[in-house]
Amino acid sequence: MMKPVDLVRFATGAIVAHPMRSALTSLGVVIGVAAVVMMTSIGLGAQHMVTSAIGGLGSNMLIISPGASRGPGGGFVSQGAGTGMSLDDGDAEAIKAQVENIAAVAPAVRGGAQLAAEGANWNTRVEGVTADYLVARDLTIESGRMFDDREARQGKKVVVIGQTIAKELYGDADPIGKRLRVGTVPFEIIGVLTSKGQSGFGQDQDDIVLGPLSAVRSRIVGRRVRGDNVQTIYVKAATAEDLDRVQEDVTNLLRERHRIRQGAEDDFSVQNMASIMEAMSASTKTFTGLLAAVAAVSLLVGGIGIMNIMLVAVTERTREIGLRMAVGARRAWVLYQFALEAVVLSFAGGVIGLMIGLGGAWLMSTLAGWPMAIASWAVPTALGFSMLVGLVFGAYPAWRAAQLDPIEALRRE
Amino acid sequence: MIEISGLRKTYVMGEETVHALAGVSLTIKRGESVAIIGPSGSGKSSLMNILGGLDRPSDGAYRFEGEDVGHFDDNELAGFRSRRIGFVFQSFQLLPRLTALQNVELPMIYAGIEPAERKERAAVLLDKVGLGSRMGHRPTQMSGGQQQRVAIARSLANQPDLLLADEPTGALDTQTGQDVLRLFQELNAEGLTLVLVTHDLEVAAEARRRVTFRDGLIVSDYGATS
Repeated sequence: MMKPVDLVRFATGAIVAHPMRSALTSLGVVIGVAAVVMMTSIGLGAQHMVTSAIGGLGSNMLIISPGASRGPGGGFVSQGAGTGMSLDDGDAEAIKAQVENIAAVAPAVRGGAQLAAEGANWNTRVEGVTADYLVARDLTIESGRMFDDREARQGKKVVVIGQTIAKELYGDADPIGKRLRVGTVPFEIIGVLTSKGQSGFGQDQDDIVLGPLSAVRSRIVGRRVRGDNVQTIYVKAATAEDLDRVQEDVTNLLRERHRIRQGAEDDFSVQNMASIMEAMSASTKTFTGLLAAVAAVSLLVGGIGIMNIMLVAVTERTREIGLRMAVGARRAWVLYQFALEAVVLSFAGGVIGLMIGLGGAWLMSTLAGWPMAIASWAVPTALGFSMLVGLVFGAYPAWRAAQLDPIEALRRE
Repeated sequence: MIEISGLRKTYVMGEETVHALAGVSLTIKRGESVAIIGPSGSGKSSLMNILGGLDRPSDGAYRFEGEDVGHFDDNELAGFRSRRIGFVFQSFQLLPRLTALQNVELPMIYAGIEPAERKERAAVLLDKVGLGSRMGHRPTQMSGGQQQRVAIARSLANQPDLLLADEPTGALDTQTGQDVLRLFQELNAEGLTLVLVTHDLEVAAEARRRVTFRDGLIVSDYGATS
């Protein structure tokens, strides 16, 4: 009975005997596997980007805006001016007092304003907020301090600024204690936020000024917001598990406060960051799957290339097959020899393709500026599939070889 | 050693049925040297294929050392060829990628012999056929006579009971052909049973026993050991 190690030697011997042909035969699998690895890596990288982008808005968060949401699922874009001013300070206080399992409630107004300090100008977003805003949005103070609720209520003219503004207006100097004109109103800078960098949507999250809600509302946003209206209420749930429950409670509370009859549409919308994140990752997953499917087709084409060459090899080596049978090879051993040859070709292509794919994924993540992401299943799957491709597409040529009649085969020229 | 009785081999070619062997009975004893002679189409090749276990008879019995080879399945036939038979072909049938030594090793690989032992045995056999200095050569680097001697060494690899040679000198010039035939005679003298298929009467004259075929039947049988 022959030894398996000798079968391996036969298979590799035939491959090594024609290095150029073997390399070209494997090329299809090389490209296929490289494509699968690269495509899934791109998809996964995009998924990470989306997750971190939405996560950057604050975790376990609900965003409540005035105006009805557009259809089921909710638009991601808030409705802008003209959709009513249905939310006010009272809503925020009621949520804080009556809804359980919340970590922070942060009403906010915002507007654009021209900043001026020491001869420099800068156009930016100004948000009127309360102290809880930092908690809700996962922001921290790098230097100085945040204003407290008393200062916010009193409408004190103090602000906390983002890193971009500190750099643009004050350069390397410490901005704390400096005066900053927002529009026409002078404020005192009491703190600088820790940098959050670009958001996932390309917005500079450090280009921001936070001022006390009442001061910003009356002095800066002024014309668009009246009285005690707010444009947004951020609600942070204590834990991710509480989020859906909190959303329900908040919705019910606001409907009650706004005296909305049963069946009537809400005059506000509640966006659940977790469900938006879920929807976005689901869509990037689909995208990843699509890329992988396209790449898998090229792997299939590679397999067909192997089958093609193996069929040629069987024809070419008909006499060899006849001779092997004459000197005592069983049909099964001939079958194994040719199947193994296809598997080795395909697997070698898979290994090379994997290395190229990993290199390509690294290159692309470097160019795109996102962390390289390789699915844990990508490597074993790529190798496993390349072997499977060899087995599937090598099976038929090997079967043909094993079915040859040794007498006919030996007579073949 | 070999007992054949009423052996038939029938091929269907299109509408026509060809009787390659039309009822052949033959007994060959251990140590004999037999030439099977006849024109092409006489059935001698069919007989050789069945004797060597490459083909199965359509009808009749083939017993080898008491084994019913005529009814072996594919795997049993492969084992039979591996253990019992050595083939020598007109066109040598060496694998061009392999060296002389590796070609001789091949039957031993299928017989499952350890690498060290088969290398040693292959070297001894190549020495015996006078190619001790050419073990690393590939077939393309050797003359026809040398290639046929490698093939003979290969046929001896698993110490067969029967050496089957199909026109072994057909592709060689007279001188090298005679060298090859002398080698066969030496092997036969050592006790190896030899069956030589040829249409060349001069070659056939080298064998002690001559069996002539025509139209799938034996028409003469001279020199059988009684």
